[in-house]
Amino acid sequence: MIPAITFKNNGINFKEKAFKKTLTLLAILAVVILIAIFFTLLINSFPSLKALGAGFFYDKTWDPVADEYGALPFLVGTLLTSFLALIISTPFSIAVAIFLGEYYKKGIVAETFKNVIDLLAGIPSVIYGFWGLFVLVPVVRVIELKLNLPPYGVGIFTSSIILAIMILPFSVSLSRQVISMVPDNLKEAAYSLGATRFEVITKIIIPYTKSGLFAGLLLALGRALGETMAVTMLIGNTHSIPTGIFSPGNTMASVIANEFSEATGKIYTSALIEMALFLFVVATVINVIGKQIIKRFTI
Amino acid sequence: MRNNDLINAEDSRSDIERQIAHRNKKNKRFKGVVIGATIISTLPLLFILFYIFRQGISAINWHFLTNLPKPVGEAGGGVANALVGSILILLVSCIIAIPIGIVIGIYLSEESKSKLAYYCRLAVDVLQGIPSIVIGIIIYEWIVRPVGGFSAFSGSLALALMMLPSIVKSTEETLKLLPESLKEASLALGVPYYKTMMKIIVPTGLGGILTGVILSIARVIGETAPLLFTAFGSPFMTTDIFKPMSSLPLIIFNYATSPYEDWHQLAWGASMLLILMILILNIISKIVQRKWKVQF
Repeated sequence: MIPAITFKNNGINFKEKAFKKTLTLLAILAVVILIAIFFTLLINSFPSLKALGAGFFYDKTWDPVADEYGALPFLVGTLLTSFLALIISTPFSIAVAIFLGEYYKKGIVAETFKNVIDLLAGIPSVIYGFWGLFVLVPVVRVIELKLNLPPYGVGIFTSSIILAIMILPFSVSLSRQVISMVPDNLKEAAYSLGATRFEVITKIIIPYTKSGLFAGLLLALGRALGETMAVTMLIGNTHSIPTGIFSPGNTMASVIANEFSEATGKIYTSALIEMALFLFVVATVINVIGKQIIKRFTI
Repeated sequence: MRNNDLINAEDSRSDIERQIAHRNKKNKRFKGVVIGATIISTLPLLFILFYIFRQGISAINWHFLTNLPKPVGEAGGGVANALVGSILILLVSCIIAIPIGIVIGIYLSEESKSKLAYYCRLAVDVLQGIPSIVIGIIIYEWIVRPVGGFSAFSGSLALALMMLPSIVKSTEETLKLLPESLKEASLALGVPYYKTMMKIIVPTGLGGILTGVILSIARVIGETAPLLFTAFGSPFMTTDIFKPMSSLPLIIFNYATSPYEDWHQLAWGASMLLILMILILNIISKIVQRKWKVQF
């Protein structure tokens, strides 16, 4: 008869269980953090939600001294800068994505440009703002003088250009990924019919990757909406509704950055937090939709 | 295809040749446009780097690195407190974010099909997309307001929250590349699960994980917005992480928006320092990636 072998356990079972529990607990923690973020914002914006209601989004005056909090100027400023940035950067980001995803996929040229674009993503927002303040603002001022506009230098247009540079690497990396996933047999079939490369790109690659490219733009827009430091330094920080693309303005993120630490009074703080809540919700929705499209595309 | 690009049955030979030449010309022109746009896209980087190095190089010297900022009007002064502050804040956020991030990454790669993994992945994705200024507000509400004062520690927490998603993702993606047989071999030898994970799987994937960690540090080292309401900044040298502390991005912001020439000079120097750090971190991550390549 074989004697039953008993192992000394040395607490392995306990450690085993503790390890698995830690894994699960921390995974739960990630979800809890996100939910807690949402509820922190929601609860802290209650005073302003109650006091201002929907007027928050269509009231035109933001005057903390008179206790008036209308976020419309900032909403307009945010949308204007973000969409303008998207319009400026899209042709370039698509071109770079085609360059890296189709023309130069490998080799030293591709590696160089890829690294340059990556570095562009690595430069901190505050440095973009600083550079913009000393290099871009004088240039914009000259343009404004030529156009017979008041030469503010700072404003929606200036921030949009900087934002366009900042979101470029982001949409490039997504679009390149999508473009390089076009099946070779589709492209080869077109080439075999005598199509030129231009025709393959416009008739095969772009239609095939349409949804993926759209998701890339969407995610870049999400980035632009929440971008803070560079915009804060370049937008001019006025509380009136921008009258054109050259006028100074304010975005939601820049108002929060400028006023949150000095905000006194319950409703003032809470109104700023409500803007943060709005940014959070918009960024989350855009992010989830964009990632979903990309995921569907990848499969 | 546009109609004039199509060849019709009654076209003569010269017509066809002309059409082909036209299409080829269009093809070439398009390639030119793409290459031109790509080159234009890289110009901002060159301009920014050139300008910052030109302005910053004269500001940086030993004095700049070891002295405290001087009040307006006095020449000289340095950014020693901000440099120390940046490093301390980052160190604390690394201590918080790296273990948590790696553990969540392990969970996601191990239980990749479970329901919790789905929600966890979603949460991490969303966390990555949250504007940095919102993270600042959150930490302000969670830590600064209850405690009653700004502190470097709260800044570290904010940065840790921003580092977490990319650490989780790089860990998950690296561990997914490892073959199942590696784990099975270890388990078959009777090595307990936790030891298999910590002594076999994680060390094998260390290169990939480390690359992700270094890149996430490079990404948050220049973050300013989350520090505005947390670390806040301070003109003094301090190593107490429960007091307000200065950091490089914060002084760049404060000095860049000030009207004084002396302070702009300090900000240019600080910008160059920051960019150098980011460049070095990027190079290190490339070296790590190449040296400890995770492959099977």
